[in-house]
Amino acid sequence: MATRPVTHFLDNNLIEKIISEARDLLCKLGITLHNKDILDVLSGHGATVDQDKFHVLFTNDIIDKALGSTPSSFKLFDVLGNETHDFSGYNSYFTPGTAAINILDNETNEIRKPDTADFINYSKLMSGLKYIASTSTAFIPADVTEKISDSYRLYLSLLYCEKPVVTGAFTIEGFGIMKDLQLAVRGTKEALEAKPLTIFSCCPTSPLKFSDVTSQNVVDCARFGIPVEFISMPLSGFMAPVTLVGSLIQHTAETISGIIISQLTNPGTPILYGGSPAIFDMRYETTPMGAIETMMIDCAYNEIGKFLGFPTQAYISLSDAKRLDAQAGLESSMGATLAVLAGINNISGPGMLDFESCQSLQKLVLDNEICGMTQRMARGIEPKEDFPSIPLFQELLKEKHLLISKHTRKYIREEHHFSGKIINRANLSRWEEEGSLSLTDRANQEIERLLNDYQPSRLPEDIKKELTLRMEDEARLYGMDKLPE
Amino acid sequence: MDILQQISDQIVLGDDEKVNELTTTAMEQKIPVKQILDEGLLNGMNIIGKQFKEHEIFLPEVLMAAKAMNTGMELIKPSLLSDNIPMKAKVVIGTVRGDLHDIGKNLVGVMLKGAGFEIIDLGTDVTPENFIETAKAEGAQFIGMSALLTTTMPVMKEVIDQIRKENLEGKIITLVGGAAVSKSYAEEIGATAYCYDGSNAVEYLNSII
Repeated sequence: MATRPVTHFLDNNLIEKIISEARDLLCKLGITLHNKDILDVLSGHGATVDQDKFHVLFTNDIIDKALGSTPSSFKLFDVLGNETHDFSGYNSYFTPGTAAINILDNETNEIRKPDTADFINYSKLMSGLKYIASTSTAFIPADVTEKISDSYRLYLSLLYCEKPVVTGAFTIEGFGIMKDLQLAVRGTKEALEAKPLTIFSCCPTSPLKFSDVTSQNVVDCARFGIPVEFISMPLSGFMAPVTLVGSLIQHTAETISGIIISQLTNPGTPILYGGSPAIFDMRYETTPMGAIETMMIDCAYNEIGKFLGFPTQAYISLSDAKRLDAQAGLESSMGATLAVLAGINNISGPGMLDFESCQSLQKLVLDNEICGMTQRMARGIEPKEDFPSIPLFQELLKEKHLLISKHTRKYIREEHHFSGKIINRANLSRWEEEGSLSLTDRANQEIERLLNDYQPSRLPEDIKKELTLRMEDEARLYGMDKLPE
Repeated sequence: MDILQQISDQIVLGDDEKVNELTTTAMEQKIPVKQILDEGLLNGMNIIGKQFKEHEIFLPEVLMAAKAMNTGMELIKPSLLSDNIPMKAKVVIGTVRGDLHDIGKNLVGVMLKGAGFEIIDLGTDVTPENFIETAKAEGAQFIGMSALLTTTMPVMKEVIDQIRKENLEGKIITLVGGAAVSKSYAEEIGATAYCYDGSNAVEYLNSII
């Protein structure tokens, strides 16, 4: 059996101290929660609530109760009902970064607002990227009204790609149609609960605050057994302590408060202990996702999540670069490598540039390769008919090579990961003969190949029609006569 | 299924025992050996070549196919010779004088053999005289030279100069390759072709014969 490589930033003593401080924060300082119904529920469970100030102080009993009912694992299924994810232990899966407002146009190389055609191309591309296990509502099509921009992304994802979807609602109303679309795919609430199809990202507002929309989304997801990933975003040095430990205390408190809302609504609702923290760059006034300290906080809170016994998530393996350049590659691969070594279960980031605000198909195909390499790394090193080694070396000395040895042929595809054509491993002459293609050229070729090879989703046609009818109804509610072609 | 198609399929699968068996049967059925060669053995190798280029398969599969191909070739070779059917072409290969690195040269040899060429492998540390005399004696049209070291590369030029001196230009075609060699160096010394790896050598030779 292989030893899975694992990296640690915290020891158990420090983790316990951080959790203890976070509990103190929740019980002594509390959080702001802009949702009176949820405040009522919390009050009923013994929390000290100030409805006028939208404030709640938790108790250790409430915290223990919530943490006690949170599942230690859950599974995810594609639109056809096939299992795709087992969020447990150190299993790591990748998903594209979500909700970008821009896209890097792979033809003009300009950053611009995306539209429906872009999202369809993205969804088709995602169908062919084998190392990215789920799709996500990666960017926001600008050719539909903002009122449906959350659900419309989910609709297109379910229509064009079979993979499960990491998504989220922008409004309280948006949840209704997004839940209905999932029910159309699964058939019943029970079937959806038994085979979750999506994960909803729900974001507390740092410091220590839940908006009306986020908290209601958490409650609504819990009622339908839809998994939620909590995306706490402390900014070290700005909206959180500058020290990484201080930021971790805040992240822990914000995430546990989300878990409380979820578990008190429906004990056992699946969650991911997630986040998107960052340091704050005091020179550029930005939140670098490619900063090493951002990645360290991600890996560390993942350890806290694992210590508590929960599956985890992080926005890591993305870049702040504006193009598919060396910075994009180095920040993403550094993040992906650390994330897999830390055993983060759902790794969000591929395709993303410019501080989570720009998706890129070019980068997605490159990141797919990075994901493949890191997944190979996660399998570790394992002896395979290597002991005793004398016979193999006798063969080598006799034959002068092992290219056609049975041992080679049996294990080559297990031992060696063969990257796609976007990673160039040709010698200089061959690279020149094949056109001296740059990384961007090769990425564009790969995009073209995958779009040409796209096979429509096998979701039954009647379900696709139902999804469209439901989406059209929703669009009409907000003044759109028809959906974009 | 057509037995020649079966031979081709077994080449693709790299099963030398089945190729041996099927080629024997095809010969017993009096199928012309040229047809066995073209539609069976070489057809399989062509498929393998395309799959390798598209990264669908890797070197071990190519070499297994080549091994299977050679098994079939050994069976039909006597008939090809007695029928005066020319073998694809003879290629003399070797690592040049002063250089003992033969991994690349061996790979080229295996790939060319798999593609149906007759290979005369002179090994390593081969003198210019040995290259040329062997080519003349064997009636080989091609000399393939390999060098890893920049210090041994000039030996390639010695071979090419000697070919010119003996007015064999055009009759003997020179192919050069190896880690230190480049296309521009090949042009500089007057080599006919530069091949950057085994499959590139196969591709080049197939394109000119």
